[in-house]
Amino acid sequence: MSNLNELSLAEALKGLANKDFSSRELTQAHLDAMAGAETLNAYLVTTADQALAMADASDERRAKGKTGPLDGIPLGIKDLFCTKGVRTTAGSKILGDFTPPYESTVSANLWRDGAVMLGKLNMDEFAMGSSNENSAFGPVVNPWRAHVGDQKLVPGGSSGGSAAAVAAGLCLGATATDTGGSIRQPASFTGTVGIKPTYGRCSRYGIVAFASSLDQAGPITRTVEDAAIMLRSMSGHDPKDSTSLKADVPDFAAACTRSLKGLRIGVPKEYRVEGMPAEIEKIWADGMDWLRAEGCELVDVSLPHTKYALPAYYIIAPAEASSNLARYDGMRYGTRIEGADLTETYEKTRGQGFGEEVRRRIMIGAYVLSAGFYDAYYIRAQKVRARIAEDFKNAFAQCDALLTPTAPSAAFGINAKFNDPVKMYLNDIFTVTANLAGLPGISVPAALDNAGLPLGLQVIGKALDEETCFAVGGALERAAGFNAKPNKWW
Amino acid sequence: MSVDAKTVRKIAHLARLEVAEERLAPLADELNGILHWIEQLGEVDVEGVAPMASVEDVPTPTREDKITDGNIRDDVLANAPKTEEGFFVMPKAVE
Repeated sequence: MSNLNELSLAEALKGLANKDFSSRELTQAHLDAMAGAETLNAYLVTTADQALAMADASDERRAKGKTGPLDGIPLGIKDLFCTKGVRTTAGSKILGDFTPPYESTVSANLWRDGAVMLGKLNMDEFAMGSSNENSAFGPVVNPWRAHVGDQKLVPGGSSGGSAAAVAAGLCLGATATDTGGSIRQPASFTGTVGIKPTYGRCSRYGIVAFASSLDQAGPITRTVEDAAIMLRSMSGHDPKDSTSLKADVPDFAAACTRSLKGLRIGVPKEYRVEGMPAEIEKIWADGMDWLRAEGCELVDVSLPHTKYALPAYYIIAPAEASSNLARYDGMRYGTRIEGADLTETYEKTRGQGFGEEVRRRIMIGAYVLSAGFYDAYYIRAQKVRARIAEDFKNAFAQCDALLTPTAPSAAFGINAKFNDPVKMYLNDIFTVTANLAGLPGISVPAALDNAGLPLGLQVIGKALDEETCFAVGGALERAAGFNAKPNKWW
Repeated sequence: MSVDAKTVRKIAHLARLEVAEERLAPLADELNGILHWIEQLGEVDVEGVAPMASVEDVPTPTREDKITDGNIRDDVLANAPKTEEGFFVMPKAVE
């Protein structure tokens, strides 16, 4: 059977159940596709032997009739998740050949449910970036290109490897993480689905930390249903993460086809930003029409502190990062660059081991936390964060979910924004608010723009109400009928 | 507020990051670009608002006081740049 790597995850589960193909065949088809896609630079490590062994074990389980919810499904893992015995880099040189002796809870949950690991996916260093150009191992190339020309585009970031691999058929789904938009923005740039669940839904144990109060794992997949299937396996309380929530994990997939009749959908006026391309305005309006046709009531809402979300984020996230990344001292793991004494060894190790953007954020963090500036910057940002969370609370008194664009542009060219940090940060303008407030947000591909590049719509839900995100996301997906795929040029 | 090359040197030292002398001034410009953009938070009325450190409205859970892990010395040392007889080896820390 051909094109096994073009199935949706749900279709592949059916095919495996019907014995149309084995997990070994499915896995091999993906390994072959990966071998032919090196130019995309999506994978940092391919674990072919491990993948085939896991696939064979899955086929044996299936022969005995003992399968899990993801049995035999080949997945890619963002290289921020620690994988036992498989090198984990976080996209950084500073971790050297770090090979975790333990497994992250999220990936362990996937293996528990029978999934197969294909390899580790490229990303912006320590998940800091919106274009994947901050990887120490080179940028990921978006499988999508404009109709005209052959310019290489970014896949978004920081989960650019995950999004590119899913879009290019190099896995059936991928794990990703989202601190300010790192699942949803790359999903929008690659015509894929990505959900950042409620903060605390997925355990952070074994995920290399960036900004602990904002970091959350989630899946990137080709369909809304696939994201629902994967998220269910990834989620759940974990005693190893004290912020992991003791909440039941519902059957998210069942929510994807739920009726939307009577649902109130908020449209926040502050998301209509200056300079937003008309095409994004249009898909947003189309999204409203599609939901109206499903019986939703559209409600104008206001989130008055939206414009302060990114500046607050660029205090809080670097502050947490500068503390979290203090552990990379070259003493216990990772690379060490020797100096004349201990301090010089620290400074050389960190100065040479971290990339430019990571150094920049560590310095911003150290500055805003330093004596004399702590109250003016850090405490003020945390108060603004409270205001932003309050905005959502007020909006959700009038509606059940919010509909917004995912990103203010389609995928842009490699190097287009690389030298302007603030311009790059503005990519996350519509996504970062959900991180600050801890809310679930899903990005669903809605249309291609005139250049032929995908654009996504975002649905933000109430805390722990991913089901409404999936229900609205599913309806958007059906109405949009988005089935475009990148032309294979690689 | 803005930073100069001298302040950048100080921050870099606080963060234990080696920065080449000729990079200090350009880095000050970059950081000022970001800090200037952040300044707009000054416009927000935060009178009487409590700083928000966590989105979760639940108290930090406590676990049972019992040992759940251990005896994994070799795992702990497996990724160390330098070890000797079951210890990490690092440059002299106390003169």
